[in-house]
Amino acid sequence: MTYKVIGKRVKRVEDPRLLTGGALFVGDVNLPNMLHAAFVRSDYAHARIKSVDVSAAKEIPGVVGVYTAEDMGDAWEPGPPLVSPPPTLEGVTFNSCRQVPLVKDKVKHAGEIIAVVVAESRYIAEDAVEEVYVDYEPLPVVTDLEKCLEPGHTLVHDELDTNLAAHLIQNKGDYEAAKKQADLVIKRKFNLDRGAAAAMENRGIVVDWDQKNQHLMVWDATQSPIPIRNGMAARLGLRTHQVRVVAPFVGGGFGPKIMMFYAEEMVLPWLTMKLNRPVKWIEDRKENFYATTQERQQVQEVEMALSKEGRILGIKQKIIHDTGAFDPYGLTTPLNTQSHSMGGYDVQNYNSECFVVFTNKIIVTPVRGAGRPQGIYVVERMLDIACRELKLDSREVRRLNFIKPDQFPYDHEIIDQAFTNLVFDSGNYQPAYDKALEKIEYDKFIKEEQPRMRAEGKYVGIGVVPFVETTGVGPYEGARVAVESSGKISAATGVGTQGQSHMTSFAQIIAEQLGVEVEDVSLVSGDTAEIHWGTGTFASRGAVVAGNAVLAAASDVRLKVLKLASKILETPEEELELEGGMVRVADLPDRSISLGELAILANPFRGAVEPGTEPGLESTKYFGPAYGATAFGVHGMILEVDPETMMIKIHKYITVEDCGTMLNPLVVEGQIHGGVSMGIGNSYYEKLHYDENGQLLNASLADYLIPSSAEMPPIEVYHQNTPAPNNKLGTKGVGEAGAIPVPAAFAQALENALQDYGLEITETPLSPNRLYELLYKQEE
Amino acid sequence: MDNTFELSVTVNGTSYHEVVDPRTLLSDFLRNDLGLTGTHVGCEHGVCGACTVLLNGAPVRSCLIFAPQVHNQEVMTVEGLGTVDDMHPLQEAFREAHALQCGFCTPGFLTTLLPWLEENPNPTEEEIREAISGNLCRCTGYQHIIDAVKLAAEKMN
Repeated sequence: MTYKVIGKRVKRVEDPRLLTGGALFVGDVNLPNMLHAAFVRSDYAHARIKSVDVSAAKEIPGVVGVYTAEDMGDAWEPGPPLVSPPPTLEGVTFNSCRQVPLVKDKVKHAGEIIAVVVAESRYIAEDAVEEVYVDYEPLPVVTDLEKCLEPGHTLVHDELDTNLAAHLIQNKGDYEAAKKQADLVIKRKFNLDRGAAAAMENRGIVVDWDQKNQHLMVWDATQSPIPIRNGMAARLGLRTHQVRVVAPFVGGGFGPKIMMFYAEEMVLPWLTMKLNRPVKWIEDRKENFYATTQERQQVQEVEMALSKEGRILGIKQKIIHDTGAFDPYGLTTPLNTQSHSMGGYDVQNYNSECFVVFTNKIIVTPVRGAGRPQGIYVVERMLDIACRELKLDSREVRRLNFIKPDQFPYDHEIIDQAFTNLVFDSGNYQPAYDKALEKIEYDKFIKEEQPRMRAEGKYVGIGVVPFVETTGVGPYEGARVAVESSGKISAATGVGTQGQSHMTSFAQIIAEQLGVEVEDVSLVSGDTAEIHWGTGTFASRGAVVAGNAVLAAASDVRLKVLKLASKILETPEEELELEGGMVRVADLPDRSISLGELAILANPFRGAVEPGTEPGLESTKYFGPAYGATAFGVHGMILEVDPETMMIKIHKYITVEDCGTMLNPLVVEGQIHGGVSMGIGNSYYEKLHYDENGQLLNASLADYLIPSSAEMPPIEVYHQNTPAPNNKLGTKGVGEAGAIPVPAAFAQALENALQDYGLEITETPLSPNRLYELLYKQEE
Repeated sequence: MDNTFELSVTVNGTSYHEVVDPRTLLSDFLRNDLGLTGTHVGCEHGVCGACTVLLNGAPVRSCLIFAPQVHNQEVMTVEGLGTVDDMHPLQEAFREAHALQCGFCTPGFLTTLLPWLEENPNPTEEEIREAISGNLCRCTGYQHIIDAVKLAAEKMN
């Protein structure tokens, strides 16, 4: 299908406001009579609270109140489970332990909230936090993923007799039988550690209870305003129309901003209703490290059975997944790991046992990639290792194992994060893989560049890794599109924006349908007053799920426009065209009517709206896919290791992405660049260092190093288009893709650069220090 | 308790006389007292660069400066650079190159780059990477920002 607007590199409509300081972020909301909250957070990762003395804090001038769990009375209850355990799998153990607004008796991770101070200014509130005295009885701390399941180990949750949060087994075919046929069976253990999402904007929330109007106004830096509205109303005993949640411009999300409900999101609404004044809380960066969710820590033992030709006969896997102190997000992340542990390969036998464990660490919920990088990491690492043992060209082995185009839709016979069968809808993997090898000049590098540079004493290596990404999962999203009497278009969707360019790419879809300029479309995303139903921005689903809802609504409005115009212009619909904000008779451009005039006629002041029709040129439609759209891509990098400092420099980075139809290639490329940047951080620079007491040792941006422009290489992005067959736009998600294969490609390149040392990498992230340790151990 | 400071400062060409608590950070003063919320606060420890403003023409971290320290001096924030209808060429270049996604860090990049581009009208990619290495961005991977700086240099010459 050829489009006029979709697929074009359209400049963003949201940019002028953002570039001139005029865009509203939650931190910019200042209301008359507003109070400020600051939180007393636990210094200990695991301790019993013996007493809390708030009397000195209350004496400070300007302090309005200091509250603990007891003060909340009946309003105190844990957060709701966001994602329930999968109902479709038998034999699943799931122990639901949810975060609480204020800790009552025992803190379970450093940073948990014990009390809240409300004051006339943030400065005073933070002063008063220092005057709250908490008497702790420190307890032994649970940090080790493997040891924590041993009998008699200290428990995070006393009410359970175990630190096991969940246990499930997924099985496809018969791994043990496949193993008997194998020419090679390899087994490795992998350590995958934690990182932070580190959005540049910290979290924040402003709440304003209007007593006379019986209405709660909330500005929240969340990825999911509608579920937050629903949950708040339920918790507070209000109707949903009494709560309006606005997620205005949000300064980066990357997953953690969807973890409704954070403790602060439970405490603030209670405070504004209790005090009858607006209350504001903006997270600081230290809190962002101690209270905003994190991800990626797993220990995995993986076994792969192969034929001597390199055909993967089966994979067996044991995953221990750290969920931190609570498990509000169910099994989403480990299910994603399982869904990606076979990569884009045709694997007939798969057995995966997953243990999710509680530790005294910050809560784990999805972070950009959401379990997928861990799956891709282990399968690609295992293939690299197997190819070395079999003395096979790893490129040939990957080609041999790829799911072939005629095998789609490919049913993996396990369940995915949406609790439906893991089905890959479409794909064409080998051309994309070959294109990546060509663009990075793989042969030339191996035959010419590497030997030449090695002769100069340089350690350079290449890594090329393919990956899949399940995207665009349900349940659904909606969109409302309306032609206003001005002829301009208003639209709304519940999928809030954290930088994904919704106001532009969704406007492109509408502009295409209605024949208007992109600038004439004003789209609100993330305001519950504008649309009632929806879930949120996560799982690389905006362009797929919300995008197709926008298309459905815009198409419906187009039909209404044509129907009315046909009547007025006395011309059959099929002879009409929409262009330049007008409806015209195709062959007679003088016979036309503007969208604005039609909108006025569709909303008459006199007479009656005909039975069976509705006033206005407006439509609300929903889109809910049966299963997601599976994107594919390949990343390649050439890097150099300094053998003395172990610092690395990435000389070249290329990606080939297949995300189906692109709404706006400029936006797609931006998403990939950012994902790669996070992936490079995940590979080498970013690790959250917890000590044995559960203390996070690098909780600042000075110590937790996210890549700067000096570390980032230029990234070349190439495209392939295999349209998704199950949605009209043919889109597949791309928001997380950039981050997913990077650690696997990085490890492959590093091993290639250091092949003289015979180094085998089975952990991520590395760092110069850690790489030095590994090489030193190797030399011993 | 008389613990206040009478602050006179010029911000974006406008003179302000405000009474502030002496410990008020410049970032908070700009955002909360003057309502200039385009200056964003990302870390409050001087690392991320989002709060960068120009003090007498030079970039500074407004989260590391107390408001009284700018007494009788000139501050410029992103609001002083251009308007929605009349953007500065640097802002235009950021838009054309898709150099911003969430846009939270962007004001700090713009204020860092404005004087730098005036001093370095024909920068190389390496020089640009160095110039913006004190400003963190989590969305873009910096690539489109670098494209935008090259474009801005052309536009501003």
